[in-house]
Amino acid sequence: MKKDIILKVENLSKQYRLGLVGTGSIGHDLNRWWSKVRGKEDPYLKIGESNDRSTKGDSDYVWALKDINFEVNRGEVLGIIGKNGAGKSTLLKILSRVTAPTTGEIKTKGRIASLLEVGTGFHPEMTGRENIFLNGAILGMTKKEIQSKLNEIVEFSGCERYIDTPVKRYSSGMTVRLAFAVAAHLDPDILVIDEVLAVGDAEFQKKAIGKMQDISNADGRTVLFVSHNMAAVKSLCSRAIVLQHGETVFEGETNKAVDFYLKSDVANESAHYINKLYSEQSDILEVSVRDKNNSVSGIFGFDNQISLNVKIRTNKKHLSVGVLGFRVIDQLERAIFTSEIQLKDFIKFEGEYSFNIELPFKTLVPNDYKVHVAFHIPNQEIIRNLENIVGFNIEETGSGFHKYSGKDYGCVVLDNKWSLKK
Amino acid sequence: MDSNKEHWLYTISPNQKIIDLNLKEIWRYKDLLLLFVKRNVITVYKQTILGPLWYFIQPLFTSVIFTLIFNNMANIPTGKGVPAFLFNLAGITAWNYFRECLTGTSDTFKQNQGIFGKVYFPRVIVPISIVITNLVKYGIQLLVFIGFYIYYVFFTDVAFNVTPQKDIIFLPILVVLMGVLGLGMGMVITSMTTKYRDLKFLITFGVQLLMYGSAVMYPLSYFKEKLPNISWIVEYNPMTTIIEAFRFITLGVGDYSINKIIYASLVSLVVFLFGLIIFNKTEKSFIDTI
Repeated sequence: MKKDIILKVENLSKQYRLGLVGTGSIGHDLNRWWSKVRGKEDPYLKIGESNDRSTKGDSDYVWALKDINFEVNRGEVLGIIGKNGAGKSTLLKILSRVTAPTTGEIKTKGRIASLLEVGTGFHPEMTGRENIFLNGAILGMTKKEIQSKLNEIVEFSGCERYIDTPVKRYSSGMTVRLAFAVAAHLDPDILVIDEVLAVGDAEFQKKAIGKMQDISNADGRTVLFVSHNMAAVKSLCSRAIVLQHGETVFEGETNKAVDFYLKSDVANESAHYINKLYSEQSDILEVSVRDKNNSVSGIFGFDNQISLNVKIRTNKKHLSVGVLGFRVIDQLERAIFTSEIQLKDFIKFEGEYSFNIELPFKTLVPNDYKVHVAFHIPNQEIIRNLENIVGFNIEETGSGFHKYSGKDYGCVVLDNKWSLKK
Repeated sequence: MDSNKEHWLYTISPNQKIIDLNLKEIWRYKDLLLLFVKRNVITVYKQTILGPLWYFIQPLFTSVIFTLIFNNMANIPTGKGVPAFLFNLAGITAWNYFRECLTGTSDTFKQNQGIFGKVYFPRVIVPISIVITNLVKYGIQLLVFIGFYIYYVFFTDVAFNVTPQKDIIFLPILVVLMGVLGLGMGMVITSMTTKYRDLKFLITFGVQLLMYGSAVMYPLSYFKEKLPNISWIVEYNPMTTIIEAFRFITLGVGDYSINKIIYASLVSLVVFLFGLIIFNKTEKSFIDTI
């Protein structure tokens, strides 16, 4: 079967300059202009390095995207996944023509519309109806198109009663509903969807997700779907690309891409702590988060085995009374649980020891977690207290609660005994 | 190579073309232009008590002050049989449209940073909508001028020399010229402000200076008589031509010739095209520098 390519991204790169863009940039501007006049290449395109947030670079220029290549066939749903800072937003910005690439190009056979931000251009003084027209036009619809879909939009938003009231009188939830309703009724050839699922109340969310699925499944519609929700990516996309530090590191079938993403060491930088203070005293030496193969990892699927590894050094005094403990904290700074041991129950002699702790299996809900580790004598002496020392992330890979993604349904999933009373 | 593959609708690429007017794209978004105009008109006077009355107040007070200072105190002649107040009101009414267009559009990128950072549409739609919206305001100010005009001509005897010329049919051309010139200059300024913020300080007093150099509160002939050495600055200022022409077609005094109008039109067109080119170039990546 002949492939019908609707979107083609070729050697796409985007360079940013770090630090202050101020008076100093005039010199670079002039230099650029001078090379352009002489018909030479931009001197600043040669420098620059890959965009790794945590390591200090030598150059002021970084590549937010570097040599991205992919093709999208008509009617395909392509997932784009990657950690924060991997270049997803930059790619979307270029696709939606908010900013231009530094080199390379994107060729398209259809109009691209994005659901990046809903409610763009809403004016609080104008009524809901007026805003539907304005917002629709901003998103690229003509007046006629909006007119023909007006009833559908109003009905979908569930704001009939308020449609002729200025939007400033709306509750924030209603504004978002109306905005989403407009965006969801766009009818472009290629739709770019960023995570907008976390809007409105539960009832509306269900409606929104349903609508997304309708959009994605509708025949002939090409969708680029960007998300952190691996369950959603798995259920919607047929193919996915994984971005890491601005480069494509994987392209292929969705399940494989998701696996690759979870296994990649993108997030591992925060999963391993090594104490660099050198002393002979009792101390915590190393903390790491490990997967079932005992290799350091920062990203897990919901059903993956997660364990902590804590290496300590203890002297004789601390050996007899010392306590080693850790606490798991979630993104909202809630302590999920604490666990501790008496050292003397495990070891008899001073020296260096490594402890392995298996975290409860299939229990923590998909979220970002931080770990505190402390080595102390209760109510007496803190030998070492390390807050937020390592972190890990549990991705939604189908926990049974993925339909509530973005909602707070608790910190842990427990295997309750349910029984029918006779 | 499959010939089918060559038919791309459009290409997103780094800035390459130097001249890119993008007119086709602007036409595609004409509905948005009208909706922006509607939004601007609707939202300006929501929750104000005096509403459009504010449009009356500014030119009236300015004219009164100008008359007191420049005519009563400094004795600048406005021509025999032409009341100084009416002379100043004419100058200010004409000047106001240009000023509103210039200051309104010169802040486009910064004002609309939020919306420009999220969706694409030809950015030039926004300044064009401002220029069109200002027409409404201008119409109201023109009515004020007409009101005083009728009062002076029919109910007093100080305006015995005031006669509208047959060339008054060219008034719309003058308005278009002012809009195009203001828009062009505004687009240049807003494009440059995205990178060099200094220019926004320039605009506040620059507009003031420009007014003094545009024969708003004095006749060009008087300036030439008093300061012949530097009168070329005022004379070759296209706004001087437009304001003098406005006073000529309404009051019958002023320096007016077809050649000068053609000159002003050419300057406006060049400024506008230059503005559009630099604006279109800036819109592609201003979000990275602003």
